[in-house]
Parts: sequence; structure tokens; C-alpha cells
Amino acid sequence: MHTKTLAELSLGLHKKTYSSVELTQFFLNRIDQHQALNSYITVTPELALAQAKAADQRLADGTADLLTGIPIAQKDIFCTQGVMTTCGSKMLANFNAPYNATVVDKFNLAGAVMLGKLNMDEFAMGSSNETSYFGAVKNPWNINSVPGGSSGGSAAAVSARLAVCATGTDTGGSIRQPAALCGITGLKPTYGRVSRYGMIAYASSLDQGGPMTRSAEDAAIMLQTMAGFDEKDSTSVDVPVPDYRAGLNKSLVGLKIGLPKEFFGEGLDENVAATLAAAIAEYRKLGAEVIDISMPNLKLAIPAYYVIAPAECSANLSRFDGVRYGYRCESPVDLTDLYTRSRGEGFGKEVKRRILMGTYALSTGYYDAYYLKAQKIRRLISEDFKAALATVDVIMGPVTPSTAFGIGEKMDDPIAMYLSDIYTIAINLAGLPAMSIPAGFVANMPVGLQLIGDYFAEVRLLNIAHQYQQVTDWHNFIPTGFE
Amino acid sequence: MSLTADDVNKIAHLARLGIDKQDVAAYANDLSGMLDLMTRMSEVNTDDVEPMAHPMDQAQRLRTDIVTELNHREAFQAIAPQVEAGLYLVPKVIE
Repeated sequence: MHTKTLAELSLGLHKKTYSSVELTQFFLNRIDQHQALNSYITVTPELALAQAKAADQRLADGTADLLTGIPIAQKDIFCTQGVMTTCGSKMLANFNAPYNATVVDKFNLAGAVMLGKLNMDEFAMGSSNETSYFGAVKNPWNINSVPGGSSGGSAAAVSARLAVCATGTDTGGSIRQPAALCGITGLKPTYGRVSRYGMIAYASSLDQGGPMTRSAEDAAIMLQTMAGFDEKDSTSVDVPVPDYRAGLNKSLVGLKIGLPKEFFGEGLDENVAATLAAAIAEYRKLGAEVIDISMPNLKLAIPAYYVIAPAECSANLSRFDGVRYGYRCESPVDLTDLYTRSRGEGFGKEVKRRILMGTYALSTGYYDAYYLKAQKIRRLISEDFKAALATVDVIMGPVTPSTAFGIGEKMDDPIAMYLSDIYTIAINLAGLPAMSIPAGFVANMPVGLQLIGDYFAEVRLLNIAHQYQQVTDWHNFIPTGFE
Repeated sequence: MSLTADDVNKIAHLARLGIDKQDVAAYANDLSGMLDLMTRMSEVNTDDVEPMAHPMDQAQRLRTDIVTELNHREAFQAIAPQVEAGLYLVPKVIE
């Protein structure tokens, strides 16, 4: 059953080929067998089986949705009432959220089954899933390699078929990069498309939740449930939600693909470049036209991001003070000691590094030089994209400079880790939707192709991804040991 | 640009963030590295560029000023480290 896609399993459930309880138990057994990956922080078998039973009832009485009875898993950044929400941090290791994230409520309403909560970099800060308080996640394609981050548990679980699909969040590439490194399909929607309510904030002007799945069709089904205006999220955008599967089968004849020269220059592994060239050749066969473009300000994305994201993080994470919820230090002598030690003991190194950076960038005398300057650069990058997307339908490029790196390889060099986000960060600054789809392998490790579209062009992106997946089967490969 | 151990301690104090003494030098080094990365931003003239705070330049949405939430004090305090009689407890602030 684990070799089937969400779309196929949904059909099986509706035809009563198997029940949701059977399907759920099957996935719970797989999770149990493959604990070594460390992809889950919390597994919720009792809740899952109760939800599966309720789903079978809905399937029997004809009120089922496409997601009813499908075993999914949530990144542990989405608040779940009654189930621990840790955000990968000691700070929230015992946090039982008093409410559900809107995304969680929507999946519950659709009748999806939650298998558990997935491992992630602490507070979504990291590109390797090594900053998690609950330990590193292993890449199913090579257990000595990282799965990427911050949604590393989500990518590893979907890749190893320990969940049919999963949620992720993407602030600087945290859906797309792990999707690429684990060989799955990941979609970061337009900023504001998916509610951030109950999704623990890292950098509020960049954070966006989205689906992580086997195929583009599955991503369309998941996004249908996740997307939509939410009054509880003040940055939610009030734009109607289209039918995401309606455009999947549209022909790509005449599609204009832009290839920014800045994406294919120095720093990109030559084998990855060759794999991407083959993928783009496939698009040519489908009738697409390829146009060389240039976005000169892309090179400034990393510096601008590492000002803006830490600045917003330092503000957002000031709520963790040891008073109202989360970790509190032992025997504080006074209030300052309570704040300082609770935060000092509750946060890990990468989170501290970013809080320090953000606090500095926002402090008196430095605000204009760093934060304001970065916001101006952000506009220039966004205008580069606008100009490019006025001439082409989609921008394509790499997701990562190389395939997955080794566990421990970059942990002592934060700057090297930051530079590995070079192809994904600019998209968050602009707020555009983008996908990573499996495009082949280099030395048995997956390579992702990035598709970047215009604001709210998710239907088009899913169509472009789906057409490629009709003529290739990279998305169907299963890592050895998980067949 | 490089930061000293003193700078790091000052920033940590502003953030009310405890950091281990033996880690201060490493943070100073990492933050200096990040600041070096950021100097690249000065390569571009941005004098006439409007800062961008929201990807779609959307303004903060306003809503009618009416009560929409019920009182959840008990649920919220059930997860607090220390409460008594409906109040959050912290070390004594005023002697």
C-alpha cells in the first residue's frame, strides 16, 4: 500500500478495497519498523486509529472527502490540541497547545488521519535537521546524509513511505530543499495562501506552510484542503481558492521557461547541472520554449535574508520567557534571571545565533544599515522576479547546489550552511510560489528541479510539475530498504 | 566588521538570552562572519528604493472592535510553569 500515491489510496478507500483502519495500522507498523530514521518526534497511534474508525464511517455513509481516511503527518510546528507540539526545541518539549492550528483543523474537518508529529530543525532554523533538540533525522537514501531542513522529518517520512504525505513550512527553502534532497515533491505556496494561525512563527513576513507529497497531483489535493483565507491570521490573503487539480492535464505546448544565468553559474555541482539540463530537455520535448534570463540582484538574497529572518525571529521568539508556557529554569533568583536562564537553557545554539543577529540588526544605530537596507534589497529582488515573470510563464533552476551533504559536515560552519540555501531564499523574499520536483539522481542521491511561478499561480505550477511526472518516473523511486 | 566578546554580551543582555561563557568567542566569530556576508548589500545603491515589508505590499487588515474570543484562562494557565489563584507566578519584583 505504501507504493501508492495519495490519489490512488483515496480511490482504494472509496472503493472499499481496504479500510482506513487497515491503511493506518499498516503505516503505524512501518513507522515502528523504521524508527532509526528519527523522522517522527511524536507518534499518535491511538488518536490515528480513532480517526481512522471515524473516517471509515464517513466512507461508509458517503460523506467522505478525497483526504478522508488518508494517514498523514504534521510537521511539529503546527499546534495540535492534546498532542505535544515541540517545534524541535527543548523550550517546548512539554508544550501541549491549547488550540489547533487552522491547517490542523482543516485536515481534521476533511477526515484525514494524523499519524504523528514530524521532526524538524529547532524553530525551523536550519537546513539539515541537525539543530533539532530531538536529534538529527537521517536521509532514507543514505543514512549518513542529512535529509535537509527545516522540514527534514516531513521529507524523510514521505520519502521512506512512513506517511502518505506531510505538511511542511518554508521560510527560506524549508519545504523545497528537504523535498529535493529526499526525492519528493514539495510546494511552497504564495505568501498568505495558507493560514499561519497556530503555525509557530519564525519570520512572519516569510513563513508559509505547504504540502510535501509523492506527486504533483497529491500536492494539489493537499493544498486544496490547506489553502484559504483565515480571519485568525492577519497576513492571510483574501483571494478565492481555485480548483488545484483542474489544470493538471493542460498541455505545455508554448510554455515559456526562463532560466536565470545566476542560477547556473559557479557553485552549482556539475552533475546536478547535467541532471537539470536533462529535465529541461524533457520540457522542450513537451513543447516548451526555453529563454535565458538574468536577475542581477539574486546574489544579494542571502545577506538580505540573514538580516530580515533573524530580525523577525528575535521579535517573535521574545514570547518565550519562562512565564506563561514552555521551559522555565530551576530556582530563578529574580525576574531577569528567570528570563535569561529560561531562554539560555531552553534554546539551542542556532536559535541563539539568530536571536543575537536579529537583536543586533534591530538595535539603535544599526537599524538603517542592516534592517532597512535589507528591506530595500528585498524590493529589488522582488522587482527582478516581476520583470522576469512578465516575459516567461515559469522560472526553473536548481533547488540546492549539490545532493544531500553528510551529517555533521556543516554543523561547525554556520555560514557554509546558510550558503546552501542560495537558490531558495530569494523566492521567500519575493513571496512567490515555488515547487521542488524529483528530476533524477547523482550517485544514487536525489536531485530536485525548482519551478517558480507568479503570485497565486499554484494551478499553473502544479500543471507544469504534473506534466513532467507523466513522462518521467523519478517521483516513483523508493529508497533501498523501504520498498 | 567584527564583533568583540563585549559586544556579544551586550546583545545577549538586550535579548535577555543567557549564553555560556565558553561560547561567547564562538558567537563573536559567527556573528562577525554573518556581518561580513551582509557587507555585500552595500555594493548596491538603494537610495531611491522603498523598503519592502510585505511581499504583496499589503497593509495590516483591520477588524471591527468587538469581542471575538471567549475567556480561556484555565486552559492557558494549565500549561504555565507556575500559577496560583489565576495568576502567573514570577520571582518577587518589588521588595
